[in-house]
Amino acid sequence: MEQTVSYTLDSTLETVDTAEEKATRIATELGFGDDEVMQISMAVREGAVNAVLHGNAYAPDKKVILAFERTPQDLVITIRDQGKGIDLGGIPNPLAPENLLKTSGRGIFLMRSFMDVVEIRPSQTGTEIKLIKHVHGRSAGVKEGSQ
Amino acid sequence: MSMKLSTRQVDGVTIVDASGRITLGEGSVMMRDTVRDLLAKGNKKIILNLGDVNYIDSSGIGELVSAFTTTKNQGGELKLLNLTKKVHDLLQITKLYTVFDVKEDETAAVKAFK
Repeated sequence: MEQTVSYTLDSTLETVDTAEEKATRIATELGFGDDEVMQISMAVREGAVNAVLHGNAYAPDKKVILAFERTPQDLVITIRDQGKGIDLGGIPNPLAPENLLKTSGRGIFLMRSFMDVVEIRPSQTGTEIKLIKHVHGRSAGVKEGSQ
Repeated sequence: MSMKLSTRQVDGVTIVDASGRITLGEGSVMMRDTVRDLLAKGNKKIILNLGDVNYIDSSGIGELVSAFTTTKNQGGELKLLNLTKKVHDLLQITKLYTVFDVKEDETAAVKAFK
């Protein structure tokens, strides 16, 4: 993978699957272990769901921008939509007893569970979610003995 | 891999064998429709066999919760069977593992219905 790759995607359900597939491929190529690849791909999937459904609300004229950046320490993934901006204060804690049996509201929680850093920046022109996974030991990038 | 569902009856209990992915879109809708159909036909003892479900996202988790509460609200009972490690771990971190009645053995799961 080059240092940074970026994709502009439609606000469709297919984009959710595409984002997940790209995350799986890139995380695998970077040498993350199976569990970490699953975590990264699931976090990206949840971020893409937020962007397509809650951000852009499937609007055909709005896009989702998905970017992967490899730094020496991290894999940094950015998912940006063109919606009205998520209301972070309005997101209930899915682990609270009164919310346990709710059928939605776990996406951001799962992102936070699976990634080392999750930054969410809402604005009136869209929401940007930054997902960061630290590179541990030999994983991600150049393996010992490779050129 | 998309989701596949099939149902069978064992001693008055409906077992739904699921395989593939329970995710936003087709997988979640299939699960919802299947459970609702079963309940509408009076099948209120339901086991979801998730042994071949290799992936589930937050929508899929929501669908399991919906199936559980819908069944309960209609006087029925729904149990989960054969969780894969991924699904087990997801239910643990979302604190839903203790909400669901989770079984590892089909015969015991069937017998566990009142």
